[in-house]
Amino acid sequence: MEMPEPSQQALGARERLVADLTAALGPDGVISSVEELVAYECDALTAYRCPPLAVALPSTTEEVAEAVRICARHGVPIVPRGAGTSLAGGALPTADSVILGVARMNTVLEVDLDNRFIRVETGITNLKVTGEVEGDGFFYAPDPSSQLACAIAGNIAMNSGGAHCLKYGVTTNNLLGVKLVTPEGEVVEIGGPHMEAGGYDLLGLICGSEGQLGLVTEATLRILPKPEGARPILVGFETSEVAGACVADIIKSGIIPVAIEFMDKPCIDATEKHAKAGYPMDAGALLIIEVEGSEEEIEEQLVSIRAIAEKHGPVAMREATNEAEAKAIWLGRKSAFGAMGQLGDYICLDGTVPVGMLPEVLRRTAELADGYGLRVANVFHAGDGNLHPLILFNANAPGQLEKAEALGADLLKLCVDVGGCLTGEHGVGVEKRDLMLHQYRAEDLEQQMRVKDVFDPHWLLNPAKVFPLSVSTERRAALAAE
Amino acid sequence: MSLLEPDSEAALGAAVTDAAAAKAPLEIIGGGTRTGLGRPVQAERTLSVAKLSGIKLYEPGALTFVAAAGTPMAEVEATLAAEGQRLPFEPMDHRALLGSTGEPTLGGAVSVAAAGPRRLSAGGCRDSMIGVRFVNGEGTAVANGGRVMKNVTGYDLVKLMAGQYGTLGVLTEIGFKVLPKPETAACLMIDGLDDARAVACMAEAVGSPYEVSGAAHDPAGPSGSPRTMLRLEGLARSVAYRTGELTRLLARYGEVAVETDPAVVDAMWLAVRDAAPMAGREGAVWQLSVKPSDAPGIVERLRAARDLNAVQYDWAGGRIWLLTPEDGDAGAAAIRAETQAHGGHATLMRASPATRAAVDVFEPRPAVLARIDEGLRARFDPAGILNPGRMG
Repeated sequence: MEMPEPSQQALGARERLVADLTAALGPDGVISSVEELVAYECDALTAYRCPPLAVALPSTTEEVAEAVRICARHGVPIVPRGAGTSLAGGALPTADSVILGVARMNTVLEVDLDNRFIRVETGITNLKVTGEVEGDGFFYAPDPSSQLACAIAGNIAMNSGGAHCLKYGVTTNNLLGVKLVTPEGEVVEIGGPHMEAGGYDLLGLICGSEGQLGLVTEATLRILPKPEGARPILVGFETSEVAGACVADIIKSGIIPVAIEFMDKPCIDATEKHAKAGYPMDAGALLIIEVEGSEEEIEEQLVSIRAIAEKHGPVAMREATNEAEAKAIWLGRKSAFGAMGQLGDYICLDGTVPVGMLPEVLRRTAELADGYGLRVANVFHAGDGNLHPLILFNANAPGQLEKAEALGADLLKLCVDVGGCLTGEHGVGVEKRDLMLHQYRAEDLEQQMRVKDVFDPHWLLNPAKVFPLSVSTERRAALAAE
Repeated sequence: MSLLEPDSEAALGAAVTDAAAAKAPLEIIGGGTRTGLGRPVQAERTLSVAKLSGIKLYEPGALTFVAAAGTPMAEVEATLAAEGQRLPFEPMDHRALLGSTGEPTLGGAVSVAAAGPRRLSAGGCRDSMIGVRFVNGEGTAVANGGRVMKNVTGYDLVKLMAGQYGTLGVLTEIGFKVLPKPETAACLMIDGLDDARAVACMAEAVGSPYEVSGAAHDPAGPSGSPRTMLRLEGLARSVAYRTGELTRLLARYGEVAVETDPAVVDAMWLAVRDAAPMAGREGAVWQLSVKPSDAPGIVERLRAARDLNAVQYDWAGGRIWLLTPEDGDAGAAAIRAETQAHGGHATLMRASPATRAAVDVFEPRPAVLARIDEGLRARFDPAGILNPGRMG
């Protein structure tokens, strides 16, 4: 991975920087020893590592602002970090950067059921937000599969999705307001408990900007009343293509299930070995379709879904009749990533394709994988076309990582070529940075970079992410010459 | 005054490039039904998007719809309805309120982020948008997002294009996630509630698992007495079930009447959507976006301060429509004192050009946000020619 030349000014400022940060945050708020910095040298994209100059862990918004001002004064870039679960290298440090983490800021500030929102510090984990309101019959909808560990800060930075976003939308659709620390160290509120934040939709810009426009320290999140009940049905099909066709038919019928999850044969085999969920071993692919509502509503929707599935010649159909059976159906899906890990190393991709293209994309995915002599397993959110091909490889075999990465790039380009995009919920980070010109023209990226110029004129926030280095060369050179 | 009517994105780009070189401000219009929104624009040239019209892509099975910005809203809605689908955010038609004529367009609805009652459950205009093409103030065509509903590739300029009133870019094409049109709809009505009780009732309904897709309160009601309305939509059996459950839940607020004829229900909510109590009546119209539980208090204090000739609560109280005499500042100071104190924002939705030139139409922004707004305008439209002054 090509990274920009570290700033000599920033490297040279390290000692003074650490002293200033320590004075502002206290010794507990700063990590600077080589041994301890190792823990921050990567996120969940572990193939790339680089220790930062230091790590700052403020406890309040004011401390965040102070740390930002200190870094700005020393001309040191900042890499924001939530829980470090990014699969795209969104929190990968550069050698000349300070990691600014919100891990110590995890307080629930306000719960308002009448107005259906919760206000939190953004170091809190995704699952804890729902945990806070569950007892009162509410939940927070976005549910990325890392929800036990991932922080709301990272969810906002990457505009995270999850299995249930077909019905409830992704983070940006459930975010009502933020407290933002600008790269100058100012603190400003955008939006709040009211709907529509007003003025230009800056909230929409901030969400998904990968920590490059400001640091979000507090968030006001929309909470929803829990449905009366939910029930999954599992349907096995002969091939992936048939399963893909069934997905499009369900959506066209006018039913919006809360989730439609897809697993192909390699994935079924692996999870069955690992989790023993009792999945049909003769199926080439399976769908888990979950619907919500009262008992009657669930039954009404499932009748329609069963009828649609029947038209595609299912090899297995299993409907949960109680809580335990529902759990069993979800068990395999939820342990899929862990099970795949047992098979060896893998790269998890995140492209999206138009739902109608699913059968073709699955077929071409298999062909491309064959061409590289690699295996690919598919497990993904089918209702919205968000694919997660897992490329299996052996990290210890020389050249295999590079080969797997090359296949990954080909598969993402395929997603774009059929009308989709490079990333549906993980973000660009460093991982897909250099593929951006496959999806966007230079003019399109220029307009995005102009937004960055407005918020972060010195380009100090989360360097070397999102934009290919080639398109930001001039800007970075001009800033370095300042 | 000259009228430019390019019939392609390239021609539109050329017209903007030319205007930028001449530093000649452009007033951007679609069907011209919403030119009364925002501050009046002083421009020697009018740029119409009306000839960029037509549906580019529609895949019902993927819930995906893409059309040119000048496409008439009526065509969009009819095309979707033919497949049993619709735009989720229930875009308002501003003609009755503003007394305008012409054909509302898709681009116009997006430029002002015209969301209706279903915003409560389905999100606003920006929440349905998945892709845009626009021409910036230099005449360069820019694409962002695309045609899939899950997309986090790069910065999200799609949402920025909703509610920018043509001041950052001229929209040429917009993509949406659409939703199935439900089989049927019902409306529950409770009469006689005061505002505070009505907002409490709506909060309880919306906080229930029964998926309320509209919650409005009219203190004057159809027969002069207050009426609170709750909408349920979905499969017939499900709507019947939820109607029963919700009626039981809300019994303590009063007698619950139920309208089950979908055509009547549609007409009732069309009236809410288009702010019917204010239409055709003299005075300034304001729209406030506030925390729902703050709404009754805000209205009560404003009533004490000045005449409110009509009031409508939508979004369970989160949106307040007010009709007030257009004298002096048309109530701006009193209304903004409330939004300053309680959060949220107020927009002057209808007033004479003179009033809209004299009063802040949009909520004034804190200094940091004003600086960012200004910076965005400078980086999207360096010559300052796109609807200059429309947003202040």
